[in-house]
Amino acid sequence: MRSYLTPSVTYGSDTAAAHLSIQAVSKVYRGRQAWTDKLLRQTSDDFVAIADITLDIEPNTFVSIIGPSGCGKSTLLNILAGLSRPSSGSILLNGKPIQGPGPDRGVVFQNYALMPWMTVAENLRFAIDTVYPAMPAAQQKTIVQEYIDLVGLRGAEHKHPHELSGGMKQRVGIARALAINPQILLMDEPFGALDALTRGFLQDEVERIWEQQRKTVVLITHSIEEALLLSDRIVMMTRGPAAGIADVLDVPFPRPRKREELDQHPAYHALKAEMEHHLSRETRAVEAARIGRS
Amino acid sequence: MAPDTVRPAATQRRQLALTVDQKALILFLVILAAFLGFWELGANLKLFLPIMPSASQTIKDFWFWISNPFFDYGPNDMGIGWLLLTSLRRVLTGFAIGSAIAIPLGILIGLSPIVSKAVDPFIQVLRPVSPLAWLPLGLALMKDSERTALFVIAITSIWPTLSNTIFGVKNVDPAYLNVARTLGASRWRTIRQVILPAAAPNIVAGLRVSLGIAWLVIVAAEILLSGGIGYFVWNEWNNLKITSIITAILIVGLVGLLLDRLFGLLQARVSFGQRS
Repeated sequence: MRSYLTPSVTYGSDTAAAHLSIQAVSKVYRGRQAWTDKLLRQTSDDFVAIADITLDIEPNTFVSIIGPSGCGKSTLLNILAGLSRPSSGSILLNGKPIQGPGPDRGVVFQNYALMPWMTVAENLRFAIDTVYPAMPAAQQKTIVQEYIDLVGLRGAEHKHPHELSGGMKQRVGIARALAINPQILLMDEPFGALDALTRGFLQDEVERIWEQQRKTVVLITHSIEEALLLSDRIVMMTRGPAAGIADVLDVPFPRPRKREELDQHPAYHALKAEMEHHLSRETRAVEAARIGRS
Repeated sequence: MAPDTVRPAATQRRQLALTVDQKALILFLVILAAFLGFWELGANLKLFLPIMPSASQTIKDFWFWISNPFFDYGPNDMGIGWLLLTSLRRVLTGFAIGSAIAIPLGILIGLSPIVSKAVDPFIQVLRPVSPLAWLPLGLALMKDSERTALFVIAITSIWPTLSNTIFGVKNVDPAYLNVARTLGASRWRTIRQVILPAAAPNIVAGLRVSLGIAWLVIVAAEILLSGGIGYFVWNEWNNLKITSIITAILIVGLVGLLLDRLFGLLQARVSFGQRS
């Protein structure tokens, strides 16, 4: 094995396993109800995005959240990231409530969110230097190189994001999220903007990286295959408004997993069928509701 | 078989066909020749007013000014190079002063919704005012034409840079700000490392427009003040030397183009593919 396949040694002892507990979380977007709005006839009703979600995520598990579009998956992830506050309920990370965003959670964004004026290495360096300002420059550089190697981008260190393909950009996004050594990795439809081939390739990469760094991961996705390939548990959400958890599936496939061999496992087709059934039922209901409203 | 028979025809067509750029160049030359020809012919046939010089006289005079830019026979008889340097010095100094006010102010306004709302009425009222309207006020305040020119140019340079800076700072992609937030970056670090570089393409675009307008205004201001290329234009009108006026117009245009291109390069440097 090559030496770079053991990252996070640079941080010394590995961080303790993170336990994430979501307790009765709801998110309501307030409508316009002030008297000025009423005067201008611009009132709108409150919108309940997610309602009463309770979920415990064990340390070092890979959890996927899947549901029909517009079901509040991203709302939930933004609350976990601390970018958005829950209207009620709370989220505990190792028993401590989450108050806002913080580097104990690494976030991978759907649109990559790389700084276009920074090179690949500078994007990583910015993250590390923000989180560990006291770390010596030499060590920061070592970590940058380590994670660029981890995601297979050696040689692209000094390229700017606009010179990279979508798949390469998201590798940088993943490297940046991991480089700060977070306790939890949050991924918001990270491969949603990629073409099918690149997406499959990157899923395999994430599976490979996760075998090396078993962090607690929460992945938002709308791909059944993606969820089955990567997850230990799959959380299926109901449609919005007031989306909730329909069911939680355990994925028993042994690791390391290979995409080609996955469907040989006896449970694969039953799991897939159950998810497809759930998703198509919810999606159909969303469409029916939309037709009924107009 | 088929590709072999097709290829020669295709390559032949490619040799004959002109690119868009080549066609445009030819059309440009045709328009230029038609214009100069009409001008020369019209002047020789006395179609225009007698004061109008012919194209050949103008080109000769243009060449006189261009070939000998740096002579100095007193304030009313100077080479075009000195005149341009005077105007450029005024424009660049005034532009630097204006930008030094506009960029920090724009950042402050862009960052704070309260300051933005409070300051907006002042900007909205002052921005549409012709820069020349400030000139008498400048003379009253500064009591000398050099500093009045700087004053007018500085005020001229403020507005596009200011509004572009405000826009750039207000419209930073929220994704970048979310990254900074999830990393726990301080406000100051976010401003320096994220908001300013993200707004840089807009700020430079504002600077580019400001400099263009400053260059427009300096000619008008110098007609009313003294010195520089604007004064030259007015002085040559008093001498009824139309060829010199046309020369000055062309040179002002070329210098303006050059300034704009320089800022275009700077704009490309700070954009990183954010806009093409």
